[in-house]
Amino acid sequence: MEINYAIETNDLSIHYGNFTAVKDVSIKIERQKITAIIGPSGCGKSTLLRAFNRMNDFVPNSRVTGEVLLHGNNLYGRNVDPVEARRRIGMVFQKPNPFPKSIYENIAWGARINGFKGSMDELVEESLRGAALWDEVKDNLKESAYALSGGQQQRLCIARTIAIQPEIILMDEPASALDPISTLRIEELMQELKKNYSIIIVTHNMQQAARASDFTAMMMIDDNRSGGVIEFGETRTLFTRPTDKRTEDYVTGRFG
Amino acid sequence: MNQKPDHFPEGENFYASLRTRYRVAAIWQTLFFSALLIAIVALTALLYNVMDGAFGYVAFDYKKDPAAFTSIPMNELTKEDLLVILKENLSPGAYNKLDNERKMETRAEGELYTLFLERLVQIDTKATWSMTDSLFRSAEIRAEAAEKYPGAQLEFRSWLTPQFLTTPMSSKAEFAGVRTAVLGSLWLVGIAILFAMPVGVGAAIYLHEYAPKNWLTSIIQTNITNLAGVPSIVYGMLGLAVFVRGMEALTSGAAFGVTDSNGRTVLSAGLTMGILVLPLIIINAQEAVRAVPDSLRQAAYGVGATRLQTVWHHVLPNALPGILTGSILAVSRALGETAPLIVVGASTFISLDPASPFSKFTALPIQIYQWTTRPQSEFHAIAASAIIVLLALLLTLNAAAILLRNRFQRKW
Ligand SMILES: Nc1ncnc2c1ncn2[C@@H]1O[C@H](COP(=O)(O)OP(=O)(O)OP(=O)(O)O)[C@@H](O)[C@H]1O
Ligand SMILES: [Mg+2]
Repeated sequence: MEINYAIETNDLSIHYGNFTAVKDVSIKIERQKITAIIGPSGCGKSTLLRAFNRMNDFVPNSRVTGEVLLHGNNLYGRNVDPVEARRRIGMVFQKPNPFPKSIYENIAWGARINGFKGSMDELVEESLRGAALWDEVKDNLKESAYALSGGQQQRLCIARTIAIQPEIILMDEPASALDPISTLRIEELMQELKKNYSIIIVTHNMQQAARASDFTAMMMIDDNRSGGVIEFGETRTLFTRPTDKRTEDYVTGRFG
Repeated sequence: MNQKPDHFPEGENFYASLRTRYRVAAIWQTLFFSALLIAIVALTALLYNVMDGAFGYVAFDYKKDPAAFTSIPMNELTKEDLLVILKENLSPGAYNKLDNERKMETRAEGELYTLFLERLVQIDTKATWSMTDSLFRSAEIRAEAAEKYPGAQLEFRSWLTPQFLTTPMSSKAEFAGVRTAVLGSLWLVGIAILFAMPVGVGAAIYLHEYAPKNWLTSIIQTNITNLAGVPSIVYGMLGLAVFVRGMEALTSGAAFGVTDSNGRTVLSAGLTMGILVLPLIIINAQEAVRAVPDSLRQAAYGVGATRLQTVWHHVLPNALPGILTGSILAVSRALGETAPLIVVGASTFISLDPASPFSKFTALPIQIYQWTTRPQSEFHAIAASAIIVLLALLLTLNAAAILLRNRFQRKW
């Protein structure tokens, strides 16, 4: 039986000017699973993640070679609309970045510009419930999103992302600015979300990767400072029986 | 971590350096304070200098004895008295002309009194004194006036009166006002804003949000900054060549059916002012756009927004307070500019309110310049008053900038 992958990459390389930040990545990311990307700082995790929804387009001088396949179509193909791609592949950023608008508007805006036709009130409620935020904010939907705590803001950003019904959700260290309790809530939420979405998460937190993810990609830089995926597989295997010595050192905290 | 301890001053006496540090700190604090003081003194001197000219003693005479017109003392004349006096003593032609301009009965008492002074008794200013002299040397001034101008009256006078604001130009300083000039300046500023703000903000948006980051962009960027420093008279030459001459059909209104006009209109001058402030507006708007955090743009792109939606819904609204403030401050520079207006051809003597973009015009700085070049001291006094009006306009614009910013400032 053929597995239908969420994202497949073939020899994906990402360059900033003359510098190759990520080199020759070929991985297959499964649907409705949580895939973690781990590795030391500067090894290109964020760069790789941004390549999955063409966020790198905004970085001057950045260039992508190789393929990112979505339903067998190359995301970097000639007639792909990057705007549509970003709607189908949502992103949650490291620092919570709600819009300077009301909680309601934060969710409604993305849906509206994408031509959402249904009941906005329902969508807002549904998305906030989906992000486990509804009970906390249901009475002040008109209040500023900036009045929320950091953890609530991050869940609002997740709600905003699921409101536009993407297939894949990318998360770049979504919990790094949060306390342990908020972090746990985000992790629980991810387990909930993976029923409907494929999730790719960058994290520095080994326990988090081990606890929350189904698959893990281990990244490391080579002699030219270019990052690459050195090991990719089921999280349990990668953490208990890594094949690469560098992975073993990293996940056991003996790195550097 | 392995810093050798002898790299730092020896710690024998813990307070050894304290005295020196306090002394150095005190010296610098004094220097900074002196700088502030100099600025305050300079500004105060400027304001004082202007006020000094606008108030003070005036020695004046009447060419015709007021007693010849009425037995009532001049300061007790009522509106009814004045109407009667004017009707009886003005020639019927002159009275009817005034009446046709605006019904005499509907005019304010002050206005009728001015007509009385101007047309009948014909007030004649002999000399004026500065505010400082008037305050501190009043005895000497009295003696001097009595000796030099026998029969003249001496009065402490404010040249800045409500009438000064509402009357148009006149060849006699006593009856001249800044109405035409104020309206001209407002037209100029209005046209300059209408032209320069959309263009400036558009250019700033393009430069920051769309333009590729390459050498061409940075050359353009540098040149915009340089343009902001080009002397204003150069913009005047540009305006003369392009708007007054080159586009005369448009700026004179000939293309729209206006006949009796040439290119030296308030429209030409306003557009020249617009070009003059354009670099400043672009720079200010870019600053405001740059202050919008990138994370906000990413958030918008991340939910599938196009660049236009991101700019329109997020970048512009969040930059708006800064853009407004910057634009108004830039345009307020246009309010005080004189040189380009002279080149473009402001009218020097005009008493007709500017009524359309194709009107001839004058402006406050032009008026002030004109009056200061006259030899009679009473013209210097009204020039000082006009400067106060100009400063008040500038302050109003700046206050408007602050109000707008606070109004539009996001509450979150
Ligand atoms: N906009 C950019 N322009 C040029 N080089 C960049 C840019 N962004 C990242 N890089 C370089 O690409 C490499 C990978 O950066 P990236 O941000 O992807 O690392 P990371 O693994 O996410 O690190 P961290 O864990 O610290 O977030 C680094 O060497 C970085 O200097
Ligand atoms: Mg990163």
